[in-house]
Amino acid sequence: MAAITFETERRYGLRRVVGQAIPYILLVISILPIVIGYAWVIIATFTYRTQGLIPVDAEGKFGGFTLQNWAFLKDPEIWRVTLNTFLIAIGMVIGVGFVSSLAGYALSRMNFTGRKAFLSLTLILHAFRPEMLLIAIFMVLLLIGGIPVLGKFFGYNTVGGVALVMISLDLPLGVWLMKGFFDNITWDMERSALIDGASRFRVWWEIIIPQIKPGIAALAIFNFISGWNAFLIPYTFTIGAKVSNLPVYLNRFSEDTSMVAWNQVAAVGLFSLIPVMIFFIFTQEALLNIYSGGAKGGV
Amino acid sequence: MAQAVVARKEVKEQGPSRWMRIRATLGAWGFMSPATFLVLVFFFIPALILFYLSMTDLASHNFTANPFEWNFVGLENYVRMFNDKFFPKILANTFKYVVLTLGFFNVGLALVLALLTTNINRRASFFFRVLWLLPRITPSVVYIVMWRRFAQTPPHGIINWFLGLLGVEHQPYWLNEAPWLFVVLVNGFVGASFGMIIFTSAIEAIPKDLFTAAKVDGASTWQIIRDITLPLLKWPLLFVTTYQTLSLLVSFEYILLLTDGGPGLFTTEVWALTAYHRALRTYFGSHAWGYGAAWGFVLVVIGIVASIIYLRVFHFNELVQEPKIDVL
Repeated sequence: MAAITFETERRYGLRRVVGQAIPYILLVISILPIVIGYAWVIIATFTYRTQGLIPVDAEGKFGGFTLQNWAFLKDPEIWRVTLNTFLIAIGMVIGVGFVSSLAGYALSRMNFTGRKAFLSLTLILHAFRPEMLLIAIFMVLLLIGGIPVLGKFFGYNTVGGVALVMISLDLPLGVWLMKGFFDNITWDMERSALIDGASRFRVWWEIIIPQIKPGIAALAIFNFISGWNAFLIPYTFTIGAKVSNLPVYLNRFSEDTSMVAWNQVAAVGLFSLIPVMIFFIFTQEALLNIYSGGAKGGV
Repeated sequence: MAQAVVARKEVKEQGPSRWMRIRATLGAWGFMSPATFLVLVFFFIPALILFYLSMTDLASHNFTANPFEWNFVGLENYVRMFNDKFFPKILANTFKYVVLTLGFFNVGLALVLALLTTNINRRASFFFRVLWLLPRITPSVVYIVMWRRFAQTPPHGIINWFLGLLGVEHQPYWLNEAPWLFVVLVNGFVGASFGMIIFTSAIEAIPKDLFTAAKVDGASTWQIIRDITLPLLKWPLLFVTTYQTLSLLVSFEYILLLTDGGPGLFTTEVWALTAYHRALRTYFGSHAWGYGAAWGFVLVVIGIVASIIYLRVFHFNELVQEPKIDVL
């Protein structure tokens, strides 16, 4: 097959090379804004000022390299905020992972009353973005805040409350993906364990979960990134630095000062990009899979 | 006939398997309970609260978290909404936002990217597709900081810096000069990757023989795309269009961060952002939860109806078919 060369291909050698280069050129041009944006963040982080993409010093000449944009790391507030960000992200990894792998297992393996209704609901909730419910979720959080003890951790203006809302809003996707992972696993080992008298829960924990580790890892990466990046929900449901997270902190930082200290903003931005970059470099395959996996099968 | 069927059914249910079935259902709901609880508390109850809230006049001056103390005002908020001076403007903005972003990026550019990446070397195509995920996984605040930096006035703005290199004199603050261009670009660069991934896997699923046969017959690349690829992408195209229409309709995070509905009055304010502004982040510090909820609830209804319709269109029943493995 590969040995066949067409008449036209041989005759128009140069045209063919140009023709093959066109897709690359178009692709590079189309992604250029993003690459330039990242380049600016990295350049600006380590310099006094930038003009366009050129680092300059106080007199406007090339240079002005400095590390003082990173002075924010000495501020104890940033570490509090980073801890909150991390807690939300980890909360999402564990919460969505645990809850959706339980529900996904039942939906994949058991036939029970209400199964179809729940699955339909999951699909509809997945298609239906929950941003519009924020107004009412605000009321729910206020009500939870009124409950003794529980309200202290999961009410309005708490890290727990933000994490809980984020977990819930991500569940439809998580449950749907998990069900897909379970569907792909053979039934043999599980059946013999059940016949030998193991409970469903034990089967789930000891036999099934180890088999879908790659799927769980992919979902965990996805959830870590969306928890780490969360802006709208923490921004809406928290007041003050004690419970805010990095994106909210950065937003306040870039809005508060009338003359925005762009290069310091860039430094904080790069700081919050670190985990995203790590996942991006080391887990590209999983990322692509998860962003298409949620879409396969029609939804 | 009908009676006989009912009778037989009853006999069947009275059999020994009935208790087993109840037990199995209970066991299954044990697995389902955490998910069910969270869905109830953060989807169902909020949807009901939103509906009720939209018919009350709850605002900063009479705020109370107790739903039983809210003033019921019927459809007043909806009447007020349709009579709002800026209602036509906001409706037009929403339409503009969805159509332009969808047409040029979420479907248009996504399709172009998918066609380009499937026509090049596999490793390179993987590289470009992963690169396109960057906007999506970048924290929205950082992403917007980049775009705002693009738009800055000279000597700092990146676009103006490039214009300066080309010798162009006109170097405005681009976010005020062309706010809509930026709203569409910012959302489009995030949205394009979803369609791109779906279209790419759809194109890769087309049998290679079709392309080979067309090439042997002397078809040009454009002819192959028009006559083979596009017709086979009909369903993915329809799916991405409907799905992304819905998510664009309710999304406002990037607009909130980029222009916050400005510059000026309601220049880039879309429907979802209006609901959010009215209820949760006002310009003047007076929150109108009831009124905002009315704006929000309209979108919730549109969202639910649209998702039910398109789940039917996309052979939803095949997706929820009975599990292959039943209770022992």
